[in-house]
Amino acid sequence: MLELRDLHKRFGGFSAVAGVSLELPKGSIMAIIGPNGAGKSTLFNLITGHIPPSAGQVLLAGRDITGAPPYEICRLGVGRSFQRTNIFPHLSVFECIQAALIAHHRMGRNFWRRSETLYRTETLALLRSLGLADKADSPAGALSHGNQKQIELGIALASDPEILLLDEPTAGMSAVETHETIDLIARIARERRLTLLFTEHDMEVVFSIAQSIGVLHQGRLIALGAPEAVRADPEVRRVYLGERE
Amino acid sequence: MINRIPWVLVIFLVALWVPWYGSRFYTFLATDIAILALFALSLNLLLGYTGLVSFGHAAYFGIGAYTSAILMKTHGVPFAVSFPAAGVMAAAFALVFGYFCVRLTKIYFAMLTLAFAQIVWAICFKWNDVTGGEQGMPNVPYPDMSWMAAIPGLGGLRLGDQFYLLVLVLVALAVAALRRIVSSPFGRMLTVIRENPERAEFIGINVRRYQLAAFAVAGFFAGLAGALFGIFNRGVFPDFAYWTKSAEVLIMTILGGMGHFWGPAVGAMVLTLLNQQITSYTEYWPLILGSILVVLLFAFPGGIVGALVSAGRRLTRRGNA
Repeated sequence: MLELRDLHKRFGGFSAVAGVSLELPKGSIMAIIGPNGAGKSTLFNLITGHIPPSAGQVLLAGRDITGAPPYEICRLGVGRSFQRTNIFPHLSVFECIQAALIAHHRMGRNFWRRSETLYRTETLALLRSLGLADKADSPAGALSHGNQKQIELGIALASDPEILLLDEPTAGMSAVETHETIDLIARIARERRLTLLFTEHDMEVVFSIAQSIGVLHQGRLIALGAPEAVRADPEVRRVYLGERE
Repeated sequence: MINRIPWVLVIFLVALWVPWYGSRFYTFLATDIAILALFALSLNLLLGYTGLVSFGHAAYFGIGAYTSAILMKTHGVPFAVSFPAAGVMAAAFALVFGYFCVRLTKIYFAMLTLAFAQIVWAICFKWNDVTGGEQGMPNVPYPDMSWMAAIPGLGGLRLGDQFYLLVLVLVALAVAALRRIVSSPFGRMLTVIRENPERAEFIGINVRRYQLAAFAVAGFFAGLAGALFGIFNRGVFPDFAYWTKSAEVLIMTILGGMGHFWGPAVGAMVLTLLNQQITSYTEYWPLILGSILVVLLFAFPGGIVGALVSAGRRLTRRGNA
């Protein structure tokens, strides 16, 4: 589904991503972990076209999408959430999702229809599956951090992606919210048969849903494989899981 | 109950009645306000809806005014053709200038819009053969309004009054179209871009292209306003495209409130009336205007309409309790 070939990103003299290759089969769930500054967000931005790679390729379903602008990558079936919550704060929750549906259906070029009448059932259905239906009319920016993360997930899902990239989906959440969010993500990924790539700092979360784990350290993947194998990897234990030899 | 009254229709009907009030002066003021309201509303498509700050919106107002004046005066083209042509020409220029502007963000975008507007002004100022240069083009003819005589009650009106009615109807149609555009899916995409361009890009919106489209649409309506203003003013002058004109329309929009569709129209009205009233008492109009703006920006950042809407909400809440 998604393949990265020897991806590099240099900012001046600093290599944020230094030769990452990985393959993500359709329907799989992979977590990328690593300490702060390891290059996780940069890696995401390279995949979604927010920054162009210095070298290497990104392939989506066998098609080279390296250097394509974000809106095109989104239209090709990639959804993402951002590490810092990224919604439309002055719109209502309903309007946020509705706008994403309008964009997804390429209705934005229409100058004449009334936008508020469009995709109402689809919007409501999506809000229900996220558990946000009762908050539909609240301004998105006024809700709790956890709710805003859910809205962002909803905005990403509205474009009906095949692959979903979530950058720290539980960042800043309480233990309860984290638990609920992970259940929600796992359920939606199952229902929609999504391919999921996410970064996460909470190891419990990672080991509970990831089928494979990649460990990023100083821009390099130092380990990639099944959770048990990664957990047992001496290199990973040394640099990340916090054990000293 | 206040919400039940179709305010827009009421105001339109009251405005229609102005010529029968009898004073040439009131017709003059009302024409001025109607045209500037359209101009300010067109700017708000960028400012309030798309989140783009243009310091050079007068360029498209000027281009529309010159296009229509040159067609009507130099080439004898009827108003029915020159009026839409003014909008199209302004939109075409907005498309070209906007192509470069939307590549920049925030203050750089604003500065580039200003730079293009100054270029337009300089061309109007110097291209003597076509624009009349510094002297402008006086004596732009009125459109042929003899057909109005066929409508009972309009035949006896002065030419200025007849032109006012024409302006009022055309502005109403243009504003209705603008209103429709902001509530269309296209308008919603612009709002989303204003709210968060990064996220907008990742719901599949080509942000720059939409910003450019908004820029051209705003230019189109500014061009229409310019065409009307040239006739109303009995001549077009390079000042129409000067930066002070861009600042004036920006002030109207902010004064009235850019967060509400009708805000800029209210701003155009208040600013024009204040200007008229205060200049008859004192020559320090800019001082008064500056003070009003300072108070407004601190006390009512939502502008006049923003303040009225929140006051209205407070009242209804008290009424319900």
